Amino acid sequence: MSDAPRLAVSRLHHEFAGRGDSGPIVALDRACFAVGRGEFVAMVGPSGSGKSTLLRCISGLLRPTAGEVRIDGTVVSDVPDALALVFQDYGRSLYPWMTVHGNVDMPLRRLGISREEREERISASLAEVGLAGSDHRFPWQLSGGMQQRVAIARALAYKPVILLMDEPFASVDAQTRADLQDTTLDVWRRHDSTVLFVTHDIDESVYLADRVVVLTGAPAQVQAEISVDLPRPRDQVETLALPRFIELRHEVARLIRRPAAQAGAT
Amino acid sequence: MTVHRAHLETAVGVDRRGVIAAVVLRTGVLGALLVSWQVAAAYAGSPFFPTFTDTAARFWEAWPADPEVLTRHLLPSLARLVVGWTIAALAGIAIGTVIGLSARLRDYVDPIVQFLRAIPPPALLPLFIVLLGIDDGMKVAIIAFGAIWPVILNTADGVRSVEPLHRDTARAYGITARDQLVRVILPSSAPRILAGLRVSLSIAVIMMVISEMVATINGVGFQLVQAQRNYLYRDMWAAILLLGVIGWLFNGGLSVVERAVLGWQRGAMRQEDR
Repeated sequence: MSDAPRLAVSRLHHEFAGRGDSGPIVALDRACFAVGRGEFVAMVGPSGSGKSTLLRCISGLLRPTAGEVRIDGTVVSDVPDALALVFQDYGRSLYPWMTVHGNVDMPLRRLGISREEREERISASLAEVGLAGSDHRFPWQLSGGMQQRVAIARALAYKPVILLMDEPFASVDAQTRADLQDTTLDVWRRHDSTVLFVTHDIDESVYLADRVVVLTGAPAQVQAEISVDLPRPRDQVETLALPRFIELRHEVARLIRRPAAQAGAT
Repeated sequence: MTVHRAHLETAVGVDRRGVIAAVVLRTGVLGALLVSWQVAAAYAGSPFFPTFTDTAARFWEAWPADPEVLTRHLLPSLARLVVGWTIAALAGIAIGTVIGLSARLRDYVDPIVQFLRAIPPPALLPLFIVLLGIDDGMKVAIIAFGAIWPVILNTADGVRSVEPLHRDTARAYGITARDQLVRVILPSSAPRILAGLRVSLSIAVIMMVISEMVATINGVGFQLVQAQRNYLYRDMWAAILLLGVIGWLFNGGLSVVERAVLGWQRGAMRQEDR
């Protein structure tokens, strides 16, 4: 059992009921991949490539038509305890009627841990994302980047076995995105956690991950997996200038474009 | 960071100036209305149509200055109003939440709700008297019945339109059903629910008066009808003024609650506007 990968997705398939007599729409076509313990995997694919469907299936928000998701070898049937999710749309994922403290505390309430431990986790995770002392502010009093930090702190305080991130930095400005990427890497390294990071940004996927899973086509299929053999710790200036980084991002870009080019040829 | 805060403060400053202007304007309009009442009534000189100062003086003698009338007539009225409206609020929020959560239930219940709420509640007074008698229970029941519909409809609407990502987030974190209800669904629906409560409050006042106009021996509505039947037109006007004051005070109280409960919403909206 201990050899089982942290997260194993096998032949995961999802169809939505079509409208009228168009038949079902296949969103996800027998996707297979795995994420090892402590691994940082980025999943990259064009918009509308079923990335979100895949993530919703893994997080138990959507029941797949076929296939299975295993966490530590156990098949996931409902919303798994072990997961924390960070959504792209922080503005609609944080609760505006709760303070930062309340938002981070919310998932902890049902964990059956003491008040003191909850408080400890809240202040520790807020400090980790650079928001120490912001407990009593409301999300709408914070900038977009800071709001997403709150969402990350909320996920951290939950101490998930796997952290799922769904295009978390797609709606912040470039500088903030770079800061948040480094915060994420920091947190990942310090906690030895396992991260599945979905993005449509090729540079981001290569910069962050140990391995990039390329998703293409409609319905989405796993097109390829690329190991990212860039040294760590990564650096926004140095890593991005490495010839190997440029090679890798070209490779990912080629893989993403290929099916489109093929479709164009036929 | 500092820039951010400066923005907030400017927004608050503008807001405060706006509030003062609004208050001045509002009192000005009200004052003009009262002056025209005074002038028109003085000009008409009709016993059916006393001046504002006359009405206000009579109001003062007949109500605030007379403890006996307060306990015999005002308190029972207020008790019926508060109990009836509270029942409407609690039951309405509960029923509305259930309807809002279940699309299937909504399909079944919606036609019934639409039909029942289309009946003018005063028309049900004879029925309620036949079924429940003429005591306080009947009055509370008809106040609650009349006032419940806006609460149900607004709550159901609010619950149905909870941001899907808010609910997904709660589900993904395995948040308990109770916490989802109390900490996500109800707070998110609070703006709508409070709007419903406001409408239902005015209906409750209307139903209170109507229920007291027949088969009663006390209450503001009773005093109003008594005054009219005994040709005490200044008393009649005073009772009407009192009803206005009651509605106004309750509405003001609700606004205070609203500001406290929905502080987050005002802040979030101000932030979006920028």
